[in-house]
Amino acid sequence: MCGAPDQAVALPPGTDLEKQTVLAGRVVAEGSPVGGAFVRLLDGTGEFTAEVVSSASGDFRFFAAPGTWTVRALSRSGNGEAVLTADGPGLHQTQVAVA
Amino acid sequence: MSREDVLVTTDWAEKNLGAEGVVFVEVDEDTTAYDGGHIPGAVKFSWTTELTDPVRRDVLSKEDFAAVLSAKGISNDDTVVLYGGNNNWFAAYAYWEFKLYGHQNVKLIDGGRKKWELDGRTLTTEVAERPATTYTAKDADLSIRAFRDEVVASIGVKNLVDVRSPDEYSGKIFAPAHLPQEVSQRRGHVKGAINVPWSKAANEDGTFKSDEELTALYGEAGLDGGKAVIAYCRIGERSSHTWFVLRELLGHSDVKNYDGSWVEYGSLVGVPIELGAGN
Repeated sequence: MCGAPDQAVALPPGTDLEKQTVLAGRVVAEGSPVGGAFVRLLDGTGEFTAEVVSSASGDFRFFAAPGTWTVRALSRSGNGEAVLTADGPGLHQTQVAVA
Repeated sequence: MSREDVLVTTDWAEKNLGAEGVVFVEVDEDTTAYDGGHIPGAVKFSWTTELTDPVRRDVLSKEDFAAVLSAKGISNDDTVVLYGGNNNWFAAYAYWEFKLYGHQNVKLIDGGRKKWELDGRTLTTEVAERPATTYTAKDADLSIRAFRDEVVASIGVKNLVDVRSPDEYSGKIFAPAHLPQEVSQRRGHVKGAINVPWSKAANEDGTFKSDEELTALYGEAGLDGGKAVIAYCRIGERSSHTWFVLRELLGHSDVKNYDGSWVEYGSLVGVPIELGAGN
């Protein structure tokens, strides 16, 4: 598998948050979730790393590594981005407002 | 060959829905997006079950490829217009496989599903039905497909282009960041490969960059235009995207896709691997 998995599904069974660095969040427009947004993860240099489509509830997640990341969302409701710093393994969450 | 021969805009696609002799095909690894809504008239191809062998890790055999296209109602004379999610990765793989088996008229929709959706164009859940045909596939054109031994023999001889993300190339991570990171094979890249991530060839809406931008991209990365090219990624679909750019858009005459890619190479015993600094 290499394509983006369904973002509505909870973390895959066996995901070890002691070892994995998971970046997760929700895309919102004026406080309401935006499903179907194209959410891309950019590394500390702005380089593209991965892209998923937000679930109906606006949720997305990435499996990454500790560091500073930018999450950028493109949607029919507009675009937006947020910066997320993961200081170590575990679940790191953010919200991306689009306008 | 020009861009218009291999690539169509979403606007062209919308104006040609239902056109005689034109078949729209949505391709993806996970086809639930098609089920939720697709371009009107488009038929569905699952990369996993309809473009790869169900038993061996391989493309379809010539006979199976012909059988799948016949069942989907695609004729040898049809113009096949491919698109999909994941920035057209799997659609590009399908394009490469259609060319491998000699289909004449194949095109990609520039930007794929993402551009179509961001444009706000119509999607339907109505499943397209096409009467079966009798499709005839040609023998595989191995001038566009590289196997592992050729990759090893090409180290220091041909351009090897690793199109994965910089962190996958350096060995910092094993797989793209939307996937869990547990895998067994070695990290790193083929010795001597240059890293030009597939994403650098595309705009954020999924469309391809201009020929001028693409020429500059590979030139600055050190690709020698006078030598043959082998592109690889992890499972061969992102490298199909780059194969499309180098051969179909930029017109390099000798470009192969190594569909075995890192999942195969990183599991081979004794082959040359390099890691990035600090990994």
